[in-house]
Amino acid sequence: MAADNIKMRAQLKGDYVEVKVLMSHPMDTGRKKGDDGELIPAHFVQLVTATLNGLPVLEAQWGTGVSKNPYLTFRLRNAKLGDMVAVTWHDNFGASATQDIIVTQA
Amino acid sequence: MQRRNFLLGFLSLLVLAPLQAWAAMWNKAAFEAVKLNDATQSLQIDREINSQDIQVTAPDMAENGAIVQVEIRSNIPNTESLMILVEKNPTPLIAHYKFSNGAEPFIVTRIKMAETSDIKVVAKVGSQYFTNSKNVVVLENGCG
Repeated sequence: MAADNIKMRAQLKGDYVEVKVLMSHPMDTGRKKGDDGELIPAHFVQLVTATLNGLPVLEAQWGTGVSKNPYLTFRLRNAKLGDMVAVTWHDNFGASATQDIIVTQA
Repeated sequence: MQRRNFLLGFLSLLVLAPLQAWAAMWNKAAFEAVKLNDATQSLQIDREINSQDIQVTAPDMAENGAIVQVEIRSNIPNTESLMILVEKNPTPLIAHYKFSNGAEPFIVTRIKMAETSDIKVVAKVGSQYFTNSKNVVVLENGCG
């Protein structure tokens, strides 16, 4: 999948870096019917990982209850200007996407 | 004093703990559980302590249950992970966040809510679990 389906921002705000992430994903629960009356199979992000300069900082396991086009904010204490934050998601169909961004001043 | 001793004990445990805890293990049993108690059992939460140090910020009322923004935070030192559960959702466990290397126990995300329910947040601190809840009135089901 194209890397552009994760939008990211990482900004230094005083003594922490705030990372905002917006992913493109249907997050189908498997309980909703499509226009053809058939159930749409569950299709959702199960795992999100984030790293700071390659070091793991966040691991998120998700169920189907996270909203469509998932939004996520997290905060890092040990980050500084110029550091690289990367985010990767994996869904239950085996698809994945990765994006990274450099920390800038808010 | 008790708590300080406990925290010191926990810190030494952290140093000794193997670092491969990052293995991507999706907790299928917990995420597919349809009852809150089954979900927390699958998360191996045996006892929870109510705590105002766990903050759950969400609107009092949500017009559309498909998108309910929630901010969760733990003010307890050495919080390792935060879990979000919605009691009355078809599958209550929404998300499980694990923090390391200076990530704060703080998350903002958007979740689905089937009906009016508590949003329950559980924080894991060593071998203890702390919890707090926020009730959200849902006007329109968001769990299609």
